[in-house]
Amino acid sequence: MEFHKPRTWPEALAIKAEHPDATPIAGGTDVMVELNFDVHRPDVLIDLTEIAELREWFTVDGRYRVGSGVPYARIIDELGATLPGLAMASRTVGSPQIRNRGTVGGNLGAASPAGDAHPPLLAAGAEIEVASVRGTRLIPADEFYTGVKRNAMEPDELIAAFHISPADGPQQFAKIGTRNAMVIAVCSFGLALHPSTRTVGTGVGSAAPTPRRAADAEAFIAGELDWDSPLPLRDSVKRRFGELVAQSASPIDDVRGTAGYRQHALSVMARRTLGWAWDEYRRNR
Amino acid sequence: MYDSGQEPVRDNENRLSRRRVLGSGALLGAATAVGTTVGVGSGHGDPAGPEVLGAGGVDITLRVNGRDRALRVEPRVTLLDALRERLDLTGTKKGCDQGACGACTVLVDGERVNACLTLAIMVRDKEITTIEGLARGDRLSPVQEAFLDRDAFQCGYCTPGQIVSATALIAEGHTRSAEEIREWMSGNICRCAAYPNIVAAIEDVAR
Repeated sequence: MEFHKPRTWPEALAIKAEHPDATPIAGGTDVMVELNFDVHRPDVLIDLTEIAELREWFTVDGRYRVGSGVPYARIIDELGATLPGLAMASRTVGSPQIRNRGTVGGNLGAASPAGDAHPPLLAAGAEIEVASVRGTRLIPADEFYTGVKRNAMEPDELIAAFHISPADGPQQFAKIGTRNAMVIAVCSFGLALHPSTRTVGTGVGSAAPTPRRAADAEAFIAGELDWDSPLPLRDSVKRRFGELVAQSASPIDDVRGTAGYRQHALSVMARRTLGWAWDEYRRNR
Repeated sequence: MYDSGQEPVRDNENRLSRRRVLGSGALLGAATAVGTTVGVGSGHGDPAGPEVLGAGGVDITLRVNGRDRALRVEPRVTLLDALRERLDLTGTKKGCDQGACGACTVLVDGERVNACLTLAIMVRDKEITTIEGLARGDRLSPVQEAFLDRDAFQCGYCTPGQIVSATALIAEGHTRSAEEIREWMSGNICRCAAYPNIVAAIEDVAR
């Protein structure tokens, strides 16, 4: 195994162009498990941790551009108030040790349907910035995930950052697991209320080949919410929203849970997170 | 109106407005307009270009417990294996080798990480602290003393990781309640279930 340590982003892109099969490594919390268990034996490893701009975030025209190498611990500490949904999901990632090292970029690169960052990125309408020596492009989150552990990136591309708007309303995240730490999601759900556009964003995790939005549920609830004089939501509305979210999934039976359980759990999480977020919206008006 | 989106920490807000003045429109060109920069490596900007280490052995130096230690490793060797098998620092334990148990917890620049998920060659310019580096000669660290006083172990296999993790947790200030301690120790599993004693030991030191 050859180990490359680029010091600048152009250097990293040049290495990836020359070695399209190379595995990028940042926090190592995913890649190292595969190395240790010999699941994956890459010929070339690209260490991205020396590239300063991957660990930075700033705003561009009111949107946040968060470098792919910003660890979860810093997303929680520095962006918790701005990106509450992503911060909630980040708090459920692994353990303090894992959150010190693991990154959203790694979650996106691995593109596991169970990755915790995906539902809040989908719900907030984030875009993924990928780059190669050929140039840079933005991929909307809901076009980024293309299959189990597959994404829309070309072999010569690396993930530079994600772009996400600061929350314009309450956001929620819920996740099912056997304990509160060190858990790969049985299933998960992210929700974002967008009062500025009078829409609701959703993200379903670990209940389909890819993380995905629940489009029918989004359309249904957008027609039900009265943003100007918000009343408590009727139970029937919350239940219907939960049913539509569950229907958007196509889960399987696996070691972590059954398809039936996942659909049931999704409907409960969707119903509850909607209630919590809507109550928060009403309180803050 | 709900406005949490408009209230990132005041500190950031200030820096953000300065950034707009600087005109950070260009995405990749805006490297100077940073939100927060942490630990830019010493090699940054080296005109020598990217470093390539071959598939065979590589001579490296690790700074462990205040001492520079020279060793030869293949690029795929983890920090955990380098510590245990090359440097004879066997206090750091291998439990799961996949970051789930916390037995291999060490400090890298004061931050707790799983040594099994860290490549040795990726921490050459860092300060590494293992369980062997906590005592001063024969004088145990306060956390080590408290674990003895509280009998915070049974078989002892997870204990080095627990103690290193607890040392960082106390420095982080996550000790306001037993519940908070449990939450922030959640990356360290004890199969003997000495948890009540571990929490009591940490509370003793934090007090």
